[in-house]
Amino acid sequence: MRLIAAVAAATLIMAGAADARTWRIRPGPEAEQQLQTALIEARPGDTVQLGRGRIELTAGLSLDVDRVTIRGDGEDRSILSFNGQRRGAEGLLITSDDVTLRGFAVENARGDAIKARDCNGITIREVRVEWTRGPNPENGAYGLYPVNCDNVLIERSIARGASDAGIYVGQSRNIIVRDNLAEFNVAGIEIENSFNADVFGNTATRNTGGILVFDLPGLPQKGGHSVRVFRNTIVNNDTPNFAPAGNIVAGVPTGTGVLIMANRNVHVFENEIGDNGTVNVLISAYRNAFDDAEYNPLARDIVIRDNEFGNTGFAPAGDLAALSQLGVPIPDVLWDGATMYSVGGTPRMETVRIVVQDNTSTRTGQSSFLSLGMPVAGSPLTEAQPSPTPPPLLAVEEPDAVRIR
Amino acid sequence: MSKFFKSWRFTPPPNPLHSMGGGIALMLAALLLMTSATAQAPQPVNDRAILAERPPALLSDYRLFRDAGARNPNGRVTSYDLNTALYSDGALKFRYVYIPQGAQARYNAEGVFEFPVGTVLVKTFAFAADMRTPTENVRFIETRLLIRQAEGWVAYPYVWNEAQTEARYSPIGADVPMSFTDEEGEAIALDWAVPNRNQCKACHDRDGDLTPIGPSARNLLRDFAYPTGAENQIAHWNRAGILGSLPAREVLPVPRAYDPTSGSVNDRARAYLDVNCAHCHNPQGPGHTSGLDLSWGQTDPALWGVLKRPVAAGRASGGFEFAIEPGHPERSILVHRMQSTDPGVMMPELGRQLVDERGVELMREWIAAMDRDGRTPQ
Repeated sequence: MRLIAAVAAATLIMAGAADARTWRIRPGPEAEQQLQTALIEARPGDTVQLGRGRIELTAGLSLDVDRVTIRGDGEDRSILSFNGQRRGAEGLLITSDDVTLRGFAVENARGDAIKARDCNGITIREVRVEWTRGPNPENGAYGLYPVNCDNVLIERSIARGASDAGIYVGQSRNIIVRDNLAEFNVAGIEIENSFNADVFGNTATRNTGGILVFDLPGLPQKGGHSVRVFRNTIVNNDTPNFAPAGNIVAGVPTGTGVLIMANRNVHVFENEIGDNGTVNVLISAYRNAFDDAEYNPLARDIVIRDNEFGNTGFAPAGDLAALSQLGVPIPDVLWDGATMYSVGGTPRMETVRIVVQDNTSTRTGQSSFLSLGMPVAGSPLTEAQPSPTPPPLLAVEEPDAVRIR
Repeated sequence: MSKFFKSWRFTPPPNPLHSMGGGIALMLAALLLMTSATAQAPQPVNDRAILAERPPALLSDYRLFRDAGARNPNGRVTSYDLNTALYSDGALKFRYVYIPQGAQARYNAEGVFEFPVGTVLVKTFAFAADMRTPTENVRFIETRLLIRQAEGWVAYPYVWNEAQTEARYSPIGADVPMSFTDEEGEAIALDWAVPNRNQCKACHDRDGDLTPIGPSARNLLRDFAYPTGAENQIAHWNRAGILGSLPAREVLPVPRAYDPTSGSVNDRARAYLDVNCAHCHNPQGPGHTSGLDLSWGQTDPALWGVLKRPVAAGRASGGFEFAIEPGHPERSILVHRMQSTDPGVMMPELGRQLVDERGVELMREWIAAMDRDGRTPQ
């Protein structure tokens, strides 16, 4: 019998202060069991230190102890490699509070790379998640993936190759995503069904779509709101959509800068958004049929201001290609015009405030806007009645800056 | 049904001790104790080991069994079965419940019973060399204990040695190579994955607390062949004093998923999902973020996944649009994920390496018979 269990053999170095311990894991044949042992036996306050080199894993890792730090010598030096993964739906799963991940990489997980579920307090700093073969529909869905978490901080990290979103924050509250690089994913950064998120200082490039703010029906937390996307560089998103069919992001047109779908109170400002072949900013209702009486599919209270737009519309994809062929010019900011929807046959309508102001364009000087004039959410594009007249400028109060408690 | 409930109302035979004077009863009891002592009766289950903060290294330290090979349960250790059980690569499972002297489980009509502190739920996983003759050449792999301690449940896996004389505590899991002939006569070789502590919780989790899954009224409600003869399990537990008073109201047993005589396709499919999926996919379980609720008590087909689009499935969608597309099992993500053994696709995420062909067939039959609203003829 081949027992990989029995004795916890990880090297243990007492670090003196307040009984906190440091578990040092060096690459080698024993590293996998030492690492998982450390993640199980750790006590709150402990640090698990990954040495330099590649640690090869055959099964997903998991941590369920509060206040543990996992840190390596840097995203390029300490690598958790899942090339040989045979078990587990993700590379690393966190289910405890106040965990910090820092300075290591997760490569080639069979499913999601790093998932944090039901946590209060998760910090991911200078971590790289990557599928090293580049865009491929067989890659895992999400790179950095907090879901149903409070107080999420993701910074100075890198996500590459995810077949859904490189950085995906779902059904969470109080979120900061800053100074990250997301490239070669279907969606670079995606905030979904979440409340109070600040997304700033990031670079989203060479994805299918750069930054997405979505709200979907049928989930425990919906009604996403209060998201600020600012001072990001969202350029040259041109990777052909490689998401497996069926997933919502499979509908993102290749070459989209920012896509806001459903949601309330989203502010996009002071970003550099250009060289996105389809459109720089797309604002849309959720377009599929749904059966959730509490769901609002409209994008409403949206502010797009003070952005600097570059070239766009030069390679329109998906539905927007058809639109372009009809002779409709693709603007910097495109809105479907939806202000109505129906639930179980009952129509609902509301005041939708879309504010587009003070943006500039290196292409045309002043930035351009177009409404497709499709008042009912999910209308077919054949019903479009495009109008370049911007909606009236109404005040939409900006949410306060997010503070991690 | 009435058959079960008649047996619930079983009246125990008059206890000779009760009909005698208290003094005589005491004397008799004392006499009994002396006799058993002289006959060197086996020591009782080790309650101290059960409640210890750190689990003992060997399964035998609990004295749940009278023999080293754990075939012969000690006193108060009661064998039981479930109507529909989790699929685990077809492994044999031997289940026991131990409830300490003077304590009782509390009946609960909906979920698992409320077990008192000191309870042990024992499950041994095993394969017969040839699963067509499941009582011969049975090899134990691991014995998992779920123990109810004062602060809550804890899960301890014990792994059997090659000689089958000793099972040792293994908190970080183990890989055990197994080979056997399956029920269809096919030779199977696999690396059995003993779960680590976190993986135990990956299934046994309700709102962040470890919890048992199997022993609910509806899943225990069946006859069991006790040494004293066949008897309904719940009636037996009650009569043995390990389960408190039973309600007058009837509870329906879940059908046996693979036995068409035990229920409609819908009920068997729902029973299967309840045991195999609902431990994660319920509003308090680890899979709650998917929005699916596959519990037996959930009546809304939309929450079973009927015409529900995938959220975070990624490539596990298999390119299909809905978790369940009525009339189209071949396009339903639920079936696709049950048929997969790829760790990034398969469901459940843990606990199997093979495909449960009978379970897949049941799901296919159910989805094929569904109308657009997710209902099937009863």
